[in-house]
Amino acid sequence: MTNSPLLPALSDLQTTLAAAALLIAPLAVAGLALINTGLGRSRTAAHGMMSSVCAAAAAALVYFVLGRCWHGSPGEPARVLTIAGKPWDWLGAASPFFAGLNPDGSRAFLTAWIGLIAVAFAALIPIGAGGERWRLNSICASSAVFGTVVFPIFAHWSWGGGWLAQLGANFGLGAGFTDAGGTGLIHVTGGLTALAVVWLLGPRRGKYGHDGMPMAIPGHAVVLVFFGCLVASAGWVALNAAGAILFAGAAPGRALIGVDTMLGACSAALTAAVVTRTRYGRPDASLTANGFVGGLVATSAGCAFLPPAAAVLTGIVAGALVALSVELLELRLEIDDPGGSVSVHAVAGIWGLLAAGLLGRVAPGTEIAQAVGIATLLGFVFPLTWGVNALLNRFVPMRVSREGERQGMDLFELGAGAYPDFVTHADDYMQR
Amino acid sequence: MKITGVLLLVTGWLLVLCALIMLAAPAARNAFVLAGIGVEALGLTLAVRAHLPERADR
Repeated sequence: MTNSPLLPALSDLQTTLAAAALLIAPLAVAGLALINTGLGRSRTAAHGMMSSVCAAAAAALVYFVLGRCWHGSPGEPARVLTIAGKPWDWLGAASPFFAGLNPDGSRAFLTAWIGLIAVAFAALIPIGAGGERWRLNSICASSAVFGTVVFPIFAHWSWGGGWLAQLGANFGLGAGFTDAGGTGLIHVTGGLTALAVVWLLGPRRGKYGHDGMPMAIPGHAVVLVFFGCLVASAGWVALNAAGAILFAGAAPGRALIGVDTMLGACSAALTAAVVTRTRYGRPDASLTANGFVGGLVATSAGCAFLPPAAAVLTGIVAGALVALSVELLELRLEIDDPGGSVSVHAVAGIWGLLAAGLLGRVAPGTEIAQAVGIATLLGFVFPLTWGVNALLNRFVPMRVSREGERQGMDLFELGAGAYPDFVTHADDYMQR
Repeated sequence: MKITGVLLLVTGWLLVLCALIMLAAPAARNAFVLAGIGVEALGLTLAVRAHLPERADR
Protein backbone atom coordinates (compact mmCIF):
# COMPACT_ATOMS: atom_id res chain seq x y z
CA MET A 1 0.00 0.00 0.00
CA THR A 2 1.26 3.47 -0.74
CA ASN A 3 -0.10 6.98 -1.05
CA SER A 4 -1.84 8.41 -4.10
CA PRO A 5 0.18 11.17 -5.73
CA LEU A 6 -0.18 14.42 -3.88
CA LEU A 7 -1.68 17.46 -5.56
CA PRO A 8 -0.50 20.98 -4.67
CA ALA A 9 -1.95 22.32 -1.44
CA LEU A 10 -5.05 24.49 -1.76
CA SER A 11 -4.69 28.20 -1.14
CA ASP A 12 -7.04 29.88 1.34
CA LEU A 13 -8.96 31.45 -1.53
CA GLN A 14 -9.37 28.09 -3.30
CA THR A 15 -10.57 26.49 -0.08
CA THR A 16 -13.09 29.27 0.55
CA LEU A 17 -14.41 29.22 -3.01
CA ALA A 18 -14.70 25.44 -3.09
CA ALA A 19 -16.55 25.40 0.24
CA ALA A 20 -18.91 28.21 -0.88
CA ALA A 21 -19.60 26.34 -4.10
CA LEU A 22 -20.39 23.13 -2.22
CA LEU A 23 -23.00 24.98 -0.16
CA ILE A 24 -24.91 25.74 -3.37
CA ALA A 25 -24.22 22.46 -5.22
CA PRO A 26 -27.16 20.51 -3.66
CA LEU A 27 -29.47 22.66 -5.82
CA ALA A 28 -28.41 20.44 -8.72
CA VAL A 29 -29.81 17.44 -6.86
CA ALA A 30 -33.05 19.29 -6.17
CA GLY A 31 -33.39 20.35 -9.78
CA LEU A 32 -32.90 16.83 -11.10
CA ALA A 33 -35.52 15.49 -8.70
CA LEU A 34 -38.01 18.07 -10.01
CA ILE A 35 -37.19 17.20 -13.62
CA ASN A 36 -37.62 13.45 -13.08
CA THR A 37 -40.91 13.94 -11.24
CA GLY A 38 -42.32 16.36 -13.79
CA LEU A 39 -41.57 14.00 -16.67
CA GLY A 40 -43.51 11.20 -15.00
CA ARG A 41 -47.27 10.84 -14.60
CA SER A 42 -49.22 12.43 -11.74
CA ARG A 43 -50.01 9.02 -10.25
CA THR A 44 -46.30 8.59 -9.41
CA ALA A 45 -45.35 12.17 -8.52
CA ALA A 46 -45.10 11.72 -4.75
CA HIS A 47 -43.29 8.43 -5.20
CA GLY A 48 -40.87 10.10 -7.59
CA MET A 49 -39.89 12.81 -5.13
CA MET A 50 -39.76 10.40 -2.21
CA SER A 51 -37.59 8.01 -4.23
CA SER A 52 -35.26 10.87 -5.08
CA VAL A 53 -34.80 11.87 -1.45
CA CYS A 54 -34.45 8.28 -0.26
CA ALA A 55 -32.03 7.31 -3.04
CA ALA A 56 -29.84 10.35 -2.37
CA ALA A 57 -29.93 9.63 1.35
CA ALA A 58 -29.10 5.94 0.97
CA ALA A 59 -26.22 6.60 -1.40
CA ALA A 60 -24.78 9.38 0.76
CA LEU A 61 -24.98 7.35 3.96
CA VAL A 62 -23.28 4.27 2.56
CA TYR A 63 -20.67 6.54 1.00
CA PHE A 64 -20.03 7.93 4.50
CA VAL A 65 -19.79 4.42 5.96
CA LEU A 66 -17.72 2.67 3.34
CA GLY A 67 -17.69 4.36 -0.06
CA ARG A 68 -15.24 7.06 0.89
CA CYS A 69 -12.72 4.38 1.97
CA TRP A 70 -12.43 3.28 -1.60
CA HIS A 71 -12.75 6.74 -3.13
CA GLY A 72 -9.93 8.25 -1.08
CA SER A 73 -8.26 11.50 -2.01
CA PRO A 74 -4.99 12.47 -3.71
CA GLY A 75 -2.19 12.06 -1.20
CA GLU A 76 -4.03 9.53 0.98
CA PRO A 77 -3.17 5.82 1.32
CA ALA A 78 -4.16 3.74 -1.68
CA ARG A 79 -3.76 0.24 -3.07
CA VAL A 80 -1.28 0.20 -5.91
CA LEU A 81 -0.26 -2.58 -8.30
CA THR A 82 2.97 -2.39 -10.23
CA ILE A 83 2.59 -3.77 -13.74
CA ALA A 84 5.38 -3.55 -16.30
CA GLY A 85 7.17 -1.05 -14.08
CA LYS A 86 4.21 1.36 -13.92
CA PRO A 87 2.16 2.02 -10.78
CA TRP A 88 -1.57 1.30 -11.15
CA ASP A 89 -3.39 3.00 -8.30
CA TRP A 90 -6.64 1.02 -8.36
CA LEU A 91 -8.40 1.61 -5.02
CA GLY A 92 -8.33 4.03 -2.13
CA ALA A 93 -7.48 2.82 1.38
CA ALA A 94 -8.91 5.52 3.60
CA SER A 95 -10.71 4.86 6.88
CA PRO A 96 -14.49 4.30 7.11
CA PHE A 97 -16.93 6.76 8.72
CA PHE A 98 -14.69 9.68 7.62
CA ALA A 99 -12.33 8.71 10.43
CA GLY A 100 -9.12 10.69 10.52
CA LEU A 101 -10.53 13.53 8.43
CA ASN A 102 -9.90 16.92 9.94
CA PRO A 103 -12.79 19.30 9.17
CA ASP A 104 -10.35 22.10 8.60
CA GLY A 105 -11.00 22.76 4.95
CA SER A 106 -8.26 20.41 3.82
CA ARG A 107 -8.44 18.91 0.33
CA ALA A 108 -9.32 15.53 1.83
CA PHE A 109 -12.29 16.89 3.73
CA LEU A 110 -13.55 18.90 0.77
CA THR A 111 -13.15 15.77 -1.37
CA ALA A 112 -15.31 13.86 1.09
CA TRP A 113 -17.92 16.65 1.02
CA ILE A 114 -18.07 16.80 -2.78
CA GLY A 115 -18.16 13.00 -2.82
CA LEU A 116 -21.33 13.05 -0.68
CA ILE A 117 -23.05 15.48 -3.03
CA ALA A 118 -21.82 13.73 -6.17
CA VAL A 119 -22.94 10.25 -5.12
CA ALA A 120 -26.36 11.59 -4.10
CA PHE A 121 -26.65 13.34 -7.47
CA ALA A 122 -25.62 10.26 -9.43
CA ALA A 123 -28.03 8.01 -7.51
CA LEU A 124 -30.98 10.11 -8.72
CA ILE A 125 -30.27 9.61 -12.39
CA PRO A 126 -31.58 6.03 -12.76
CA ILE A 127 -34.88 7.06 -11.13
CA GLY A 128 -35.68 9.16 -14.19
CA ALA A 129 -35.42 6.04 -16.34
CA GLY A 130 -37.02 3.48 -14.05
CA GLY A 131 -39.75 5.64 -12.65
CA GLU A 132 -43.42 4.52 -12.53
CA ARG A 133 -42.56 0.83 -12.12
CA TRP A 134 -39.51 0.63 -9.84
CA ARG A 135 -40.26 -0.25 -6.23
CA LEU A 136 -39.03 2.07 -3.50
CA ASN A 137 -37.15 -0.57 -1.49
CA SER A 138 -35.35 -1.71 -4.63
CA ILE A 139 -34.44 1.89 -5.44
CA CYS A 140 -32.89 2.30 -2.01
CA ALA A 141 -31.03 -0.99 -2.25
CA SER A 142 -29.71 -0.18 -5.71
CA SER A 143 -28.60 3.28 -4.56
CA ALA A 144 -26.83 1.77 -1.57
CA VAL A 145 -24.92 -0.64 -3.77
CA PHE A 146 -24.14 2.18 -6.19
CA GLY A 147 -22.75 4.32 -3.38
CA THR A 148 -20.67 1.47 -1.98
CA VAL A 149 -19.25 -0.18 -5.07
CA VAL A 150 -19.84 1.44 -8.45
CA PHE A 151 -19.33 5.10 -7.65
CA PRO A 152 -16.32 4.93 -5.29
CA ILE A 153 -14.22 2.74 -7.58
CA PHE A 154 -14.52 5.05 -10.57
CA ALA A 155 -14.30 8.07 -8.25
CA HIS A 156 -10.89 6.90 -7.06
CA TRP A 157 -9.68 6.32 -10.60
CA SER A 158 -10.77 9.77 -11.82
CA TRP A 159 -10.97 12.13 -8.83
CA GLY A 160 -8.99 10.28 -6.16
CA GLY A 161 -5.60 10.25 -7.88
CA GLY A 162 -6.07 6.80 -9.35
CA TRP A 163 -4.67 5.30 -12.53
CA LEU A 164 -6.99 7.17 -14.90
CA ALA A 165 -5.95 10.52 -13.47
CA GLN A 166 -2.31 9.40 -13.71
CA LEU A 167 -2.41 8.43 -17.39
CA GLY A 168 -0.52 11.60 -18.21
CA ALA A 169 2.28 11.02 -15.72
CA ASN A 170 2.61 7.26 -16.35
CA PHE A 171 1.95 6.95 -20.07
CA GLY A 172 2.49 10.43 -21.46
CA LEU A 173 -1.19 10.88 -22.29
CA GLY A 174 -1.38 14.64 -21.88
CA ALA A 175 -2.98 15.73 -18.62
CA GLY A 176 -4.47 12.28 -17.95
CA PHE A 177 -8.21 11.64 -17.79
CA THR A 178 -9.80 15.05 -17.25
CA ASP A 179 -13.22 15.32 -15.68
CA ALA A 180 -13.44 18.64 -13.89
CA GLY A 181 -17.18 18.71 -13.17
CA GLY A 182 -17.77 14.98 -12.84
CA THR A 183 -19.34 14.25 -16.23
CA GLY A 184 -17.94 10.73 -16.29
CA LEU A 185 -18.10 10.07 -12.57
CA ILE A 186 -21.61 11.38 -11.93
CA HIS A 187 -23.49 11.48 -15.20
CA VAL A 188 -22.14 8.65 -17.32
CA THR A 189 -22.08 6.23 -14.37
CA GLY A 190 -25.62 7.31 -13.50
CA GLY A 191 -26.77 7.11 -17.11
CA LEU A 192 -25.27 3.66 -17.63
CA THR A 193 -26.91 2.50 -14.39
CA ALA A 194 -30.16 3.90 -15.79
CA LEU A 195 -29.70 1.77 -18.92
CA ALA A 196 -29.08 -1.33 -16.81
CA VAL A 197 -32.18 -0.59 -14.71
CA VAL A 198 -34.38 -0.08 -17.77
CA TRP A 199 -33.19 -3.38 -19.24
CA LEU A 200 -34.01 -5.21 -16.05
CA LEU A 201 -37.36 -3.49 -15.46
CA GLY A 202 -38.75 -3.57 -18.98
CA PRO A 203 -41.09 -0.91 -20.36
CA ARG A 204 -44.16 0.50 -18.64
CA ARG A 205 -47.38 -1.39 -19.30
CA GLY A 206 -49.12 0.04 -22.29
CA LYS A 207 -46.03 1.80 -23.57
CA TYR A 208 -45.54 -0.41 -26.59
CA GLY A 209 -48.34 -1.85 -28.74
CA HIS A 210 -48.35 -5.26 -30.36
CA ASP A 211 -46.66 -3.80 -33.41
CA GLY A 212 -43.86 -2.32 -31.30
CA MET A 213 -44.98 1.27 -31.80
CA PRO A 214 -44.58 3.38 -28.65
CA MET A 215 -47.58 5.13 -27.13
CA ALA A 216 -46.94 8.67 -25.94
CA ILE A 217 -47.07 8.95 -22.16
CA PRO A 218 -46.38 12.64 -21.56
CA GLY A 219 -45.10 14.03 -18.31
CA HIS A 220 -47.69 15.59 -16.03
CA ALA A 221 -45.98 18.87 -15.13
CA VAL A 222 -43.71 20.45 -17.71
CA VAL A 223 -43.60 23.60 -15.54
CA LEU A 224 -41.88 21.52 -12.84
CA VAL A 225 -39.46 20.22 -15.45
CA PHE A 226 -38.34 23.66 -16.60
CA PHE A 227 -38.23 24.99 -13.05
CA GLY A 228 -36.02 22.02 -12.21
CA CYS A 229 -33.72 22.89 -15.13
CA LEU A 230 -33.23 26.43 -13.84
CA VAL A 231 -32.69 25.33 -10.24
CA ALA A 232 -30.29 22.61 -11.35
CA SER A 233 -28.23 25.00 -13.45
CA ALA A 234 -27.35 27.07 -10.37
CA GLY A 235 -26.20 24.01 -8.45
CA TRP A 236 -24.44 22.63 -11.50
CA VAL A 237 -22.21 25.67 -11.92
CA ALA A 238 -21.31 25.43 -8.24
CA LEU A 239 -20.53 21.71 -8.45
CA ASN A 240 -18.40 22.27 -11.54
CA ALA A 241 -16.51 25.07 -9.80
CA ALA A 242 -15.78 22.93 -6.76
CA GLY A 243 -14.70 19.97 -8.88
CA ALA A 244 -12.50 22.09 -11.10
CA ILE A 245 -10.76 23.68 -8.10
CA LEU A 246 -10.25 20.41 -6.23
CA PHE A 247 -9.36 18.03 -9.06
CA ALA A 248 -8.39 19.98 -12.16
CA GLY A 249 -6.16 22.60 -10.60
CA ALA A 250 -8.37 25.48 -11.71
CA ALA A 251 -7.21 28.85 -10.48
CA PRO A 252 -9.50 30.60 -8.00
CA GLY A 253 -11.97 32.98 -9.56
CA ARG A 254 -11.92 31.11 -12.85
CA ALA A 255 -15.13 32.52 -14.24
CA LEU A 256 -14.70 30.43 -17.37
CA ILE A 257 -16.30 27.54 -15.44
CA GLY A 258 -19.61 29.36 -15.08
CA VAL A 259 -19.49 30.83 -18.57
CA ASP A 260 -18.81 27.47 -20.25
CA THR A 261 -21.50 25.67 -18.26
CA MET A 262 -24.23 28.19 -19.09
CA LEU A 263 -23.21 28.58 -22.74
CA GLY A 264 -23.30 24.81 -23.16
CA ALA A 265 -26.75 24.50 -21.59
CA CYS A 266 -28.24 27.38 -23.57
CA SER A 267 -26.91 26.23 -26.93
CA ALA A 268 -28.02 22.66 -26.25
CA ALA A 269 -31.55 23.74 -25.32
CA LEU A 270 -32.00 25.81 -28.46
CA THR A 271 -30.53 23.07 -30.63
CA ALA A 272 -32.93 20.52 -29.18
CA ALA A 273 -35.82 22.92 -29.82
CA VAL A 274 -34.74 23.42 -33.45
CA VAL A 275 -34.20 19.69 -34.03
CA THR A 276 -37.64 18.81 -32.65
CA ARG A 277 -39.27 21.66 -34.55
CA THR A 278 -37.67 20.37 -37.75
CA ARG A 279 -38.57 16.72 -37.19
CA TYR A 280 -42.01 17.00 -35.65
CA GLY A 281 -43.35 20.33 -36.88
CA ARG A 282 -43.38 21.85 -33.38
CA PRO A 283 -40.65 22.26 -30.74
CA ASP A 284 -41.00 19.67 -28.00
CA ALA A 285 -40.94 21.10 -24.49
CA SER A 286 -39.68 18.03 -22.65
CA LEU A 287 -36.94 17.35 -25.20
CA THR A 288 -35.87 20.99 -25.02
CA ALA A 289 -35.57 20.66 -21.26
CA ASN A 290 -33.65 17.42 -21.70
CA GLY A 291 -31.41 19.18 -24.17
CA PHE A 292 -30.71 21.93 -21.62
CA VAL A 293 -29.62 19.35 -19.06
CA GLY A 294 -27.63 17.49 -21.72
CA GLY A 295 -25.70 20.69 -22.36
CA LEU A 296 -24.96 21.04 -18.65
CA VAL A 297 -23.74 17.45 -18.58
CA ALA A 298 -21.58 17.72 -21.68
CA THR A 299 -19.78 20.93 -20.75
CA SER A 300 -19.08 19.85 -17.17
CA ALA A 301 -16.08 17.71 -18.10
CA GLY A 302 -14.10 20.49 -19.73
CA CYS A 303 -15.70 23.51 -18.06
CA ALA A 304 -12.32 24.79 -16.84
CA PHE A 305 -10.55 24.30 -20.17
CA LEU A 306 -12.97 24.81 -23.02
CA PRO A 307 -12.85 28.17 -24.82
CA PRO A 308 -16.35 29.72 -24.79
CA ALA A 309 -16.87 29.06 -28.51
CA ALA A 310 -15.96 25.41 -27.97
CA ALA A 311 -18.46 25.25 -25.12
CA VAL A 312 -21.15 26.48 -27.50
CA LEU A 313 -20.16 23.83 -30.06
CA THR A 314 -20.17 21.16 -27.35
CA GLY A 315 -23.65 22.23 -26.33
CA ILE A 316 -24.96 22.25 -29.90
CA VAL A 317 -23.78 18.69 -30.50
CA ALA A 318 -25.10 17.60 -27.09
CA GLY A 319 -28.53 19.09 -27.78
CA ALA A 320 -28.78 17.34 -31.12
CA LEU A 321 -27.54 14.05 -29.66
CA VAL A 322 -30.07 14.15 -26.83
CA ALA A 323 -33.03 14.88 -29.13
CA LEU A 324 -32.06 12.22 -31.66
CA SER A 325 -31.01 9.55 -29.18
CA VAL A 326 -34.26 9.82 -27.21
CA GLU A 327 -36.09 9.06 -30.43
CA LEU A 328 -33.70 6.23 -31.30
CA LEU A 329 -33.94 4.60 -27.87
CA GLU A 330 -37.73 4.88 -27.59
CA LEU A 331 -38.78 4.24 -31.15
CA ARG A 332 -36.26 1.79 -32.53
CA LEU A 333 -34.64 0.12 -29.52
CA GLU A 334 -37.78 -0.06 -27.33
CA ILE A 335 -36.03 1.35 -24.31
CA ASP A 336 -38.69 3.09 -22.20
CA ASP A 337 -36.92 5.94 -20.43
CA PRO A 338 -39.50 8.48 -19.18
CA GLY A 339 -36.93 10.97 -17.93
CA GLY A 340 -34.51 10.60 -20.83
CA SER A 341 -31.78 9.67 -18.35
CA VAL A 342 -29.82 7.44 -20.71
CA SER A 343 -29.72 10.03 -23.50
CA VAL A 344 -29.12 13.08 -21.30
CA HIS A 345 -26.55 11.65 -18.93
CA ALA A 346 -24.84 8.73 -20.70
CA VAL A 347 -24.90 9.80 -24.35
CA ALA A 348 -24.32 13.52 -23.77
CA GLY A 349 -21.83 12.69 -21.04
CA ILE A 350 -19.70 10.52 -23.30
CA TRP A 351 -19.70 13.29 -25.92
CA GLY A 352 -18.72 15.80 -23.22
CA LEU A 353 -15.73 13.71 -22.12
CA LEU A 354 -14.58 13.43 -25.71
CA ALA A 355 -15.10 17.14 -26.36
CA ALA A 356 -13.00 18.07 -23.33
CA GLY A 357 -10.04 16.28 -24.90
CA LEU A 358 -10.63 17.35 -28.50
CA LEU A 359 -11.67 20.98 -28.02
CA GLY A 360 -10.26 21.96 -24.64
CA ARG A 361 -7.02 23.82 -23.97
CA VAL A 362 -5.30 20.73 -22.60
CA ALA A 363 -1.98 19.03 -23.21
CA PRO A 364 -1.67 16.94 -26.41
CA GLY A 365 -2.51 13.30 -25.78
CA THR A 366 -5.36 14.11 -23.41
CA GLU A 367 -7.88 13.06 -26.06
CA ILE A 368 -6.53 9.49 -25.88
CA ALA A 369 -6.75 9.61 -22.08
CA GLN A 370 -10.40 10.67 -22.48
CA ALA A 371 -10.91 7.71 -24.83
CA VAL A 372 -9.42 5.38 -22.20
CA GLY A 373 -11.79 6.84 -19.62
CA ILE A 374 -14.80 6.33 -21.90
CA ALA A 375 -13.65 2.77 -22.59
CA THR A 376 -13.46 2.18 -18.83
CA LEU A 377 -16.97 3.50 -18.31
CA LEU A 378 -18.40 1.27 -21.04
CA GLY A 379 -16.26 -1.78 -20.42
CA PHE A 380 -16.03 -1.85 -16.64
CA VAL A 381 -18.61 0.42 -15.02
CA PHE A 382 -21.56 -0.66 -17.18
CA PRO A 383 -21.02 -4.43 -16.82
CA LEU A 384 -20.45 -3.92 -13.09
CA THR A 385 -23.62 -1.91 -12.53
CA TRP A 386 -25.68 -4.22 -14.72
CA GLY A 387 -24.34 -7.27 -12.90
CA VAL A 388 -24.95 -5.95 -9.38
CA ASN A 389 -28.45 -4.73 -10.24
CA ALA A 390 -29.28 -8.07 -11.90
CA LEU A 391 -28.08 -9.88 -8.77
CA LEU A 392 -29.97 -7.48 -6.53
CA ASN A 393 -33.13 -8.09 -8.55
CA ARG A 394 -33.09 -11.73 -7.43
CA PHE A 395 -33.25 -10.75 -3.76
CA VAL A 396 -35.13 -7.45 -3.88
CA PRO A 397 -37.45 -7.57 -6.91
CA MET A 398 -37.38 -4.32 -8.80
CA ARG A 399 -40.67 -4.27 -10.67
CA VAL A 400 -43.97 -3.41 -9.03
CA SER A 401 -46.97 -5.68 -9.65
CA ARG A 402 -49.41 -5.14 -12.50
CA GLU A 403 -52.05 -3.85 -10.08
CA GLY A 404 -49.53 -1.47 -8.53
CA GLU A 405 -48.65 -0.04 -11.90
CA ARG A 406 -52.31 0.44 -12.73
CA GLN A 407 -53.07 2.21 -9.45
CA GLY A 408 -49.93 4.27 -9.60
CA MET A 409 -46.91 4.06 -7.34
CA ASP A 410 -48.24 6.82 -5.06
CA LEU A 411 -51.35 4.94 -3.98
CA PHE A 412 -49.87 1.45 -4.15
CA GLU A 413 -46.60 2.03 -2.29
CA LEU A 414 -47.26 5.19 -0.28
CA GLY A 415 -51.02 5.00 0.28
CA ALA A 416 -51.63 8.58 -0.81
CA GLY A 417 -51.39 10.51 -4.04
CA ALA A 418 -49.49 13.70 -4.68
CA TYR A 419 -52.62 15.58 -5.81
CA PRO A 420 -55.52 14.23 -3.69
CA ASP A 421 -57.86 17.04 -4.73
CA PHE A 422 -57.74 16.15 -8.41
CA VAL A 423 -58.89 13.23 -10.52
CA THR A 424 -55.67 11.95 -12.02
CA HIS A 425 -56.58 8.65 -13.66
CA ALA A 426 -58.48 9.88 -16.66
CA ASP A 427 -57.80 6.64 -18.53
CA ASP A 428 -59.81 4.73 -15.91
CA TYR A 429 -62.91 6.56 -17.09
CA MET A 430 -62.36 6.56 -20.80
CA GLN A 431 -64.43 4.29 -23.02
CA ARG A 432 -62.30 1.57 -24.51
CA MET B 1 -26.84 -12.78 -26.52
CA LYS B 2 -27.03 -9.89 -24.09
CA ILE B 3 -24.41 -11.52 -21.90
CA THR B 4 -22.21 -12.03 -24.97
CA GLY B 5 -22.50 -8.33 -25.69
CA VAL B 6 -21.57 -7.43 -22.13
CA LEU B 7 -18.60 -9.78 -22.26
CA LEU B 8 -17.48 -8.08 -25.45
CA LEU B 9 -17.64 -4.76 -23.61
CA VAL B 10 -15.30 -6.15 -20.96
CA THR B 11 -13.04 -7.64 -23.64
CA GLY B 12 -12.74 -4.28 -25.36
CA TRP B 13 -11.77 -2.63 -22.09
CA LEU B 14 -9.13 -5.27 -21.41
CA LEU B 15 -7.78 -4.69 -24.90
CA VAL B 16 -7.40 -0.99 -24.05
CA LEU B 17 -5.57 -1.83 -20.81
CA CYS B 18 -3.25 -4.25 -22.60
CA ALA B 19 -2.47 -1.60 -25.19
CA LEU B 20 -1.41 0.78 -22.40
CA ILE B 21 0.72 -1.86 -20.67
CA MET B 22 2.38 -3.53 -23.62
CA LEU B 23 2.77 -0.94 -26.35
CA ALA B 24 5.25 1.88 -25.87
CA ALA B 25 5.00 3.43 -29.34
CA PRO B 26 2.27 6.09 -29.26
CA ALA B 27 0.89 5.33 -32.73
CA ALA B 28 0.45 1.61 -32.09
CA ARG B 29 -0.88 2.23 -28.56
CA ASN B 30 -3.44 4.77 -29.74
CA ALA B 31 -4.54 2.49 -32.58
CA PHE B 32 -5.15 -0.40 -30.19
CA VAL B 33 -6.98 1.86 -27.74
CA LEU B 34 -9.33 2.84 -30.54
CA ALA B 35 -9.62 -0.81 -31.61
CA GLY B 36 -10.63 -1.69 -28.07
CA ILE B 37 -13.31 0.96 -28.17
CA GLY B 38 -14.48 -0.51 -31.46
CA VAL B 39 -14.86 -3.91 -29.81
CA GLU B 40 -16.84 -2.24 -27.04
CA ALA B 41 -19.11 -0.57 -29.60
CA LEU B 42 -19.72 -3.99 -31.13
CA GLY B 43 -20.55 -5.42 -27.73
CA LEU B 44 -22.92 -2.59 -26.92
CA THR B 45 -24.68 -3.00 -30.26
CA LEU B 46 -25.07 -6.72 -29.65
CA ALA B 47 -26.40 -6.21 -26.15
CA VAL B 48 -28.86 -3.53 -27.23
CA ARG B 49 -30.15 -5.60 -30.16
CA ALA B 50 -30.60 -8.56 -27.83
CA HIS B 51 -32.91 -6.36 -25.79
CA LEU B 52 -35.34 -6.01 -28.66
CA PRO B 53 -38.13 -8.59 -28.41
CA GLU B 54 -38.84 -10.53 -31.56
CA ARG B 55 -41.70 -8.78 -33.36
CA ALA B 56 -43.05 -12.10 -34.56
CA ASP B 57 -43.59 -13.22 -30.97
CA ARG B 58 -46.04 -10.44 -30.16
